[in-house]
Amino acid sequence: MQDKSLLQNKDMLVYKTHSMKGKDISQGLGFMLLVLCTGTALVFLGSIIYFITIRGIRVISWEFITDVPRMAMMKGGVAPAIIGTFYLTLVSISFAFPLGLACAIYLTEYSPKGTIINIIRLSINNLAGVPSIVFGLFGFAVFVNAFGFGVSILSGGLTLGIMALPGIIATSQDAILAVPQSYREASLALGATHWDTIKKVVLPAALPGILTGVILNVGRVAGETAPILFTAATFYTRGFPHSIFSEVMALPYHIYALMTEGTHPEVQTQIAYGCALILLCLVLSVSAIAIILRQRQRKMYGQ
Amino acid sequence: MDSDIKIRAENVNFYYSETHVLKDISLDIYANQVTAIIGPSGCGKSTFIRLLNRMNDLIPGARMQGEILLDGKDIYSPRTDVVELRRRVGMVFQKPNPFPKTVFENIAYGLIINGIRDRAFIRDRVKQSLKKAAIYEEVQNRLNENALMLSGGQQQRICIARCIAVEPEVILFDEPCASLDPISTRKIEELILELKKDYTIVIVTHNMQQAARVSDFTAFLYLGEVIEFGPTSKIFTVPEKKMTEQYLAGRFG
Repeated sequence: MQDKSLLQNKDMLVYKTHSMKGKDISQGLGFMLLVLCTGTALVFLGSIIYFITIRGIRVISWEFITDVPRMAMMKGGVAPAIIGTFYLTLVSISFAFPLGLACAIYLTEYSPKGTIINIIRLSINNLAGVPSIVFGLFGFAVFVNAFGFGVSILSGGLTLGIMALPGIIATSQDAILAVPQSYREASLALGATHWDTIKKVVLPAALPGILTGVILNVGRVAGETAPILFTAATFYTRGFPHSIFSEVMALPYHIYALMTEGTHPEVQTQIAYGCALILLCLVLSVSAIAIILRQRQRKMYGQ
Repeated sequence: MDSDIKIRAENVNFYYSETHVLKDISLDIYANQVTAIIGPSGCGKSTFIRLLNRMNDLIPGARMQGEILLDGKDIYSPRTDVVELRRRVGMVFQKPNPFPKTVFENIAYGLIINGIRDRAFIRDRVKQSLKKAAIYEEVQNRLNENALMLSGGQQQRICIARCIAVEPEVILFDEPCASLDPISTRKIEELILELKKDYTIVIVTHNMQQAARVSDFTAFLYLGEVIEFGPTSKIFTVPEKKMTEQYLAGRFG
């Protein structure tokens, strides 16, 4: 009996060391694979930035950023397109931020739990999956034609806003839910109403997270072409837009137009890369603002 | 004697969906006295104290039967203004939970939501409340700092000051020292003894020595039932029930 059990133990010992070796190897392989994949993703990001910068930087000058296009896009700058993208973004934020925030507050703080609310949540999430060209067609049908806003900053901004909405609602909900329940309890225990508590405790604590979400989502849609294709954008305007009902040049559409229309592709391609570089810088600096806000929020909670 | 009863619980039963957590609890809480509620974890002591300012209203699927009378009026009647009730019955929680705002804003919060706009009055009340909570000396030069930068014990006294600022009649302490070190705990205990001159105090604690040190009355809860309730001096020296004696002797819990 004694011997047998000893033998068994010995077998187990051998088995164990063997398997440890196997585990070490598979662990090493797994680790390498993960590093490789991460590296590949980084290479893509790096090369996008690299090529756009190398090709775009040639045409960038003070004139390029501040002047209007001249001589059929061959000379001058793209300032109206930069301004146009800025206005479109501004309209989309002013529309999507209050609406998205109100939705998020309702869904997290007030809505009763149940089937209907789950369907609403699901619908909002599905809105995020609608292809951008469909948003464009919707904006054309509703804002441009039905509401009679025409091809304009207003129509394009609203279309972009609707596209940013699901993302804004989702991130705002997360930010509101991340506010510790103990803050709500403390406020209510002092005789605050539910609305007071939301207004004075929950929202201030959630604000950095909410703003991060708004900025990231608006930054994302600001670079979209399809939604503004039929609702706002035009290839060429003589100067800057003078009202919210003007049609505008916008950077993403301008790139598209430079690459597909016109008679001097060799010059136009260079200008397109210049536009791409500006657009990239704008979107990246918007993300940077979001990151800084997030850091500040972490600091506030002492994390 | 009856006029001294601040809160009276009569045959209170409480359920979290299907679980019966409080069983037929009847308890009198006397004005300007400290009433301690002791018992092992899960006996329902926190649940009970949270019924006194209706904090359990926030829990979905919770159900309450029986009556809780504050100055003779049922706080669960449909005519009760819950917001007003919570102003009258303040609460200090287990974990210090100051808002991520400045010390000053934390104390002023309750005044502002109650519609007070007079800045001089608010400044004065903030100072008084901090003094009453025995924290003024330590924070008088840090009023504009984020309250989360203070130590745990200081944060808890900020929470007490915040509670005092709205001039409640009753203060509920839900294990206020559970996350504090012995020195901070002593400060809070001294403060509770000081506060009972002006307020009726109910304190939940799993620390029997603490109950003995600060309370005038003690209720011993076990598995959702009041096993024994009476003057602290009596409960801790000559308990009537065997179970109380065993719990106090540390044989279970």
